[in-house]
Amino acid sequence: MNNKPQLKVSAIKNGTVIDHIPASALFKVIKILNLNQCKQQITFGTNLDSNRLGKKAIIKISERFFKEDEVNRIALIAPLAKFNLIKDFAVVEKQSVNVPDEIKGIVKCANPKCITNHEDVLTSFKVIDKESVRLQCKYCEKITEQEQLEMK
Amino acid sequence: MAQLKQRSLVSITDFTKEDILQTLRLAEAFEKNPNQNILNGKLAATLFFEPSTRTRLSFETAISRLGGKIIGFSDPNNSSVSKGETLKDTIMMISNYADIIVMRHHIEGAARYASEVSKVPIINAGDGANQHPTQTLLDLYSIQKTQGTLDGLHITMVGDLKYGRTVHSLLQALSLFNTRFTFIAPPELQMPEEYKLHLKNLGLTYEEHTELAPNIKDSDIIYMTRVQRERFQDPMEYEKVKNVYILHNKMLDQTKDNVKILHPLPRINEISTDVDNNPKAYYFEQARNGVYARMAVICMALGLE
Repeated sequence: MNNKPQLKVSAIKNGTVIDHIPASALFKVIKILNLNQCKQQITFGTNLDSNRLGKKAIIKISERFFKEDEVNRIALIAPLAKFNLIKDFAVVEKQSVNVPDEIKGIVKCANPKCITNHEDVLTSFKVIDKESVRLQCKYCEKITEQEQLEMK
Repeated sequence: MAQLKQRSLVSITDFTKEDILQTLRLAEAFEKNPNQNILNGKLAATLFFEPSTRTRLSFETAISRLGGKIIGFSDPNNSSVSKGETLKDTIMMISNYADIIVMRHHIEGAARYASEVSKVPIINAGDGANQHPTQTLLDLYSIQKTQGTLDGLHITMVGDLKYGRTVHSLLQALSLFNTRFTFIAPPELQMPEEYKLHLKNLGLTYEEHTELAPNIKDSDIIYMTRVQRERFQDPMEYEKVKNVYILHNKMLDQTKDNVKILHPLPRINEISTDVDNNPKAYYFEQARNGVYARMAVICMALGLE
């Protein structure tokens, strides 16, 4: 009998492992990072047990690295996510996601009556809670909660 | 008058405590001497993308008493907006003509956006359910005038505390003045958590009640708003509470001598007409104070202090 613990999502040689994604945000992350257009090998797992998140998701992308603005886009729906850069099966760098103080563009305001949903106005938000990601629109002053986040 | 930096007034949160007190000092000066020629040679545009006769007339009275001239529209159907012109284009064009723009719009955030594209200061006369800062300033002026101070008062807000923009902006402003709040509203229309959290973070106290009569005895100001039928998903719930939030003259017997009743108007039936002759009723004077507060705001916006 083989009792050896096994990885739930198989390892990659070179690329990026995005860990600590809330399970509910997995498909949003895939969409935001355009992974559905990606030609490289991608494996992912979801509803994995996590002490911190309850249920988490993980994505492993071979031969693909992310720029800082792409990482920021993830921060909005997965503020605790970690980007692990993998070289030769080893983690060579861990990148934490930082939620910025202000977010311009990227997200839609959740208020349907907001001017940004009626005219061609670049959205702009003050991040009033980085942990749970609550954004206050500069224009209508309404709060957009994490679960309402919709990318522009 | 000294010419200072021009600035828009979009949200009450744009004003510091000192800005508010300065506006109220100016309003007081204008009340003592309302007919001044400070805006001689200035042109103000009043753009009412959403009709509001009361607010427009108050602004136009303020501008006229200061000697300014007025252009604008009171109904967007009579302007290029009805042809589909964007807000940006309308504001860009009008800011070529006028020295200041007073605007009301049904879209939230419209005034902030206008202030970014306009070459002249914007005064927000209401943007949807968001802000109506000159209402807040006239409320503050009325409170200060009747109580002699803004500091340490007990303010009771009644009615629709969930959707009412006037009570939200007033709460934000009064939170700078060590206010004690009482909120009286049906369970469906309670003050939103974010505003209560704001007070908690500042160490200010508030009470919440659902009954009107027993909870107004200790108030300095009773700020009434209307409970609207359309706010209730269940019509039965509205029927249950509709008469609970009507202020009758008899209820004022047990209140403090200095208490004043305020209301942003229009009133429907939430203040019984038998209150009107009680010296504690202040809502009509409150509306008149709006002209002085708006004179002050216009001068602040144009940097004429």
